[in-house]
Amino acid sequence: MKRDDLRQLLLEELGNLAPEADLGAVPPDVDLREALDLDSMDFLNLVMALHKRLAIDIPERDYAELRTIDGAIEYLTARAKN
Amino acid sequence: MGEFVMPSLGADMEAGILVEWLKRPGETVTRGDIVAVVETDKGAIEVEIFEDAIIDRLLVDVGTKVPVGTPLASLRTIGQAGAVGPVAAAPPGAAAPKEQATPLPPPSATIVRPAARPAGMPAAGDATRPYASPAARRIALERGVDLSGVIGSGPGGAVISIDVEKAAGATKPRAAERGPDLAAMRRAIGAAMARSKREIPHYYLSRVIDLTKATAWLESANAPRAPAERLLLQVLTLRAVALALRSRSGFNGFHTATGFRPSERIHIGTAVAIRGGGLVAPAIHDVDRLTLDELMGRLRDLVARVRAGTLRSSELTDPTVTVSSLGERGADALFGIIYPPQVAIFGFGAPALRPWVVGSAIEPRTIMTASLAADHRVTDGHAGSLLLADLDRLLQQPAQL
Repeated sequence: MKRDDLRQLLLEELGNLAPEADLGAVPPDVDLREALDLDSMDFLNLVMALHKRLAIDIPERDYAELRTIDGAIEYLTARAKN
Repeated sequence: MGEFVMPSLGADMEAGILVEWLKRPGETVTRGDIVAVVETDKGAIEVEIFEDAIIDRLLVDVGTKVPVGTPLASLRTIGQAGAVGPVAAAPPGAAAPKEQATPLPPPSATIVRPAARPAGMPAAGDATRPYASPAARRIALERGVDLSGVIGSGPGGAVISIDVEKAAGATKPRAAERGPDLAAMRRAIGAAMARSKREIPHYYLSRVIDLTKATAWLESANAPRAPAERLLLQVLTLRAVALALRSRSGFNGFHTATGFRPSERIHIGTAVAIRGGGLVAPAIHDVDRLTLDELMGRLRDLVARVRAGTLRSSELTDPTVTVSSLGERGADALFGIIYPPQVAIFGFGAPALRPWVVGSAIEPRTIMTASLAADHRVTDGHAGSLLLADLDRLLQQPAQL
């Protein structure tokens, strides 16, 4: 999966969690939990959605790498096949 | 004959709008069934019934705002003949069978809908039929507006033409907007908290708890699990609170005019933030009897329903104690205000890595400040301290939770 497609998919899932947010205005390097007011349940739901859609394993110890848009795209690009 | 009334869904509620009937006259209902949907400051709430009965008559039409305690439907006991139930009383006209086959209108159709009432409704109209000016009635007929769903602004609450125009012009009826009115919620929270501070002599305690063992246990428990099966730290703290409450009395129950009434069951009001502001603390029932996985399932379901605005009445009225957790991005500590008629609230700050003395060395440990606000009419700081110590001890043995 291409980087742009992964970005699209990530933004889509973030939009599901924070429907009122203007995702285009979120700087790619800030903590999403802060920028979008995500709690630990929201973050777990994000991980669940990414796990389901991309069929990749995301262990808890990797959560820190998913905290920003840039970080998450980097992480997903390295792991998502095809 | 019994009655199904507009429930009080918390100390801060005075009235609610009936937005949907989920049962029809003649239907048999069982304790726990959801009978109606009521809109409150906390959003749309599914209201359950607390007895086995047959719905006799619906007394309040959809779209009507009524005070707490107002009968919404009359009930008859199972086996008792229906006296004046609309189903029995409906004339054998051509419209009746047709209407009976029609499902209840969805909330979006509650205010603007065909002028003809469903066959199941007319008997209720006699009691609650709104006063309306002749002009308003004419416009209502022309534009297909059900007057019973229109809130009147004329003398004595009478519906006048402008009210009908407004109702007809409403592209999105209020009842369809699931989700809370945040300004109203802010007022309601303010009123409940002011009452609490006025009436409840609070005392506050805090205890710094080392969560290193709990988080390590959680990490190893979650490692082999798929994301959907993973547990959150909040599940451990909720469970520990429930177990601690089981062995110390005076913190779980209601304080009313007749004094403190302890509760055998432990229903934890779990504070959940609403996106955009506001919060609710609906109950997770019998937390002391749930496994961690069951508790996680309940928590997940509750948070999802808070976000979707589909809470149930019992969840708002049942909490016997409240827990508010700030989560990993929150402040260090939280000192709560008791939600009447409860007598205690726990507050959990954000866990964080801090220097901590272990034995004679300083180590980085995951530390969280737990607080307890409790009611001096029932307990004192000594009892509260013991409760927090129990909580600490339980969290040091996460595998036992």
